[in-house]
Amino acid sequence: MQTFAAQFANAHDLMVVMPMVMLTLFACGVLIIDLLLPAGDKRWNAATAALGLLFAGGSLWRVQATLAHQGMLGVSAFNGSVVMDPMAIFFCWLFLIATGITILISVRYMEIEQEDHGEYYALMLFSVVGMMCMASGKDIVLLFIGLELMAISTYVLVGFLRRDKRSNEAALKYLLLGAFSSGIFAYGLSLMYGLSGTTDVTLIGRRLAGLPESSHPILMLAVVTTLAGLFFKIAAVPFHQWAPDAYEGAPTAITGFMSVAGKAAAWALLLRIFAFALRYEQTIWMPMVIAVAVMTLTGGNLAAMTQNNLKRLLAYSSIAHVGYMLLGLVAWNETGIKGILVYLLVYTFMNLGAFAVIVSLRRRDLIGDEIDDIAGLWFKRPVEALLMVIFLLSLGGIPPLAGFYGKYFIFLSLIETGHYVLASLAVFYIAVSLYYYLRIINAMLMRPALDAEPIQPAFGLRLALWVTALATVGIGLFPEIFIRAAAWTMTAPRAVTQAFLR
Amino acid sequence: MGEISTIHYLVVAAALFAIGTIGVLTRRNVVIILMSIELILNAVNLNLVAFSRMHGQLPGQVFSIFIITDAAAEAAVGLGILIAFFRNKETINADEVDLLKW
Repeated sequence: MQTFAAQFANAHDLMVVMPMVMLTLFACGVLIIDLLLPAGDKRWNAATAALGLLFAGGSLWRVQATLAHQGMLGVSAFNGSVVMDPMAIFFCWLFLIATGITILISVRYMEIEQEDHGEYYALMLFSVVGMMCMASGKDIVLLFIGLELMAISTYVLVGFLRRDKRSNEAALKYLLLGAFSSGIFAYGLSLMYGLSGTTDVTLIGRRLAGLPESSHPILMLAVVTTLAGLFFKIAAVPFHQWAPDAYEGAPTAITGFMSVAGKAAAWALLLRIFAFALRYEQTIWMPMVIAVAVMTLTGGNLAAMTQNNLKRLLAYSSIAHVGYMLLGLVAWNETGIKGILVYLLVYTFMNLGAFAVIVSLRRRDLIGDEIDDIAGLWFKRPVEALLMVIFLLSLGGIPPLAGFYGKYFIFLSLIETGHYVLASLAVFYIAVSLYYYLRIINAMLMRPALDAEPIQPAFGLRLALWVTALATVGIGLFPEIFIRAAAWTMTAPRAVTQAFLR
Repeated sequence: MGEISTIHYLVVAAALFAIGTIGVLTRRNVVIILMSIELILNAVNLNLVAFSRMHGQLPGQVFSIFIITDAAAEAAVGLGILIAFFRNKETINADEVDLLKW
């Protein structure tokens, strides 16, 4: 009994997972507080959730301080199934920031939608717990449970506007394809467990490398099914079908949340699996990753050109961005992985910013997600229009803005590893992407507004807009300050590469 | 007839997985698609338990318990979303899920 207690409830283990514990407590707290609040006073739910994020941030800071103080590469807990290494901490911060901004965007928006229930914020916090498990899990059981916790919470959030047919439909499609892909992913994991006899990703990697020739067909099947599941989650072509529908039908704030936090979590999981479990299986997965990267770039960019719905357009553009990140995976060196992490970070700010502008167009009688709805924004709200221009140019990768640095590291890694054809293809698709981003800018600046209805963004929304805009411009103008500040976090790619070089 | 060994379980699981996948891809009734997804997850469970026995250790069985729980949660949320959808559209045919173009 003594040993049982010592194994499962010692202070060190709890300290490591404290960010997740905090979020879970506050999520349950939101559910209870929601029952006590009278209708029309539901903003306290958002405040409670935001407080939960602060507490989680504080506990995360403590983990980080311990790590920095002891100069270790990571602290692990619960018999090595959770590890807080720099990469996990980097992703946890990213999730917390993205969720904080999403809450700011959501408050007024969900009131307009008349769906301002406490469950909305609780589910958001639960999905962040899942994401943190995906980023810090070192055991396939925990990784899978984290993935499912995130996914199931997000299914509900996508369908949260239950009186809206499009939201219902988006949730249904997302659920069917998401559950299907989780099943495929789990099948791959079960085969990996069978081949290696362990659930620890590091050990799996080591044992898969030592397999006899006769088990290679099963190994092949395991890698293919695992990758298919992962590609589904990051929405890479040809597994992207769910993304445009789910993004279009979901509440706009959730679209932004999914496209940055959910995507970053899927990438954390993917990097963990690739860098640990599959690190010696490069000959099997590299051709697949190259093919998927090229298809994703092509499919995402070409499909985005023809869209008239802003949310759908940004969905395809986010698929295209996954294509660039996959190129960093193709390069598979320190610069490439650093590129993916920087890309995810800057993408968080610029994409959430763009969705915040779309949210500001929402009125009682107007959904505001068509290109026509944003026409003439410059004449109505010059500030919002200007910020949108910044976000869109940053998404396109124009140099003084943050988006440039994401692409810069990816291209650098491609050139370092001699993938010149892929690099030039990616440059070509940047030109294509500028076409559809400029189309939105053109509508905002050149076309007259379709109605004279004034736009009044709420305080939280304006705050979110300024934070994302400042980050987008700030990272772009002073990257060296940002990189120095994040220097410690940026040991993350080194930790990953060391793991696979060892 | 020899003894039933791990490979037999794996073949059954692979068959279940294939049936589930084909079901998801071809059936048009959303409830049957959800059932097909359950088949896939049960194929995973069978795999895990068989491997667990082959290796003579427990983690696989623990993993399968987690997957059973997850399948239950997924089914609950899935049916909930389906009911919300049915209230608005009065259909559970996947071909009529067409407001957003596929």
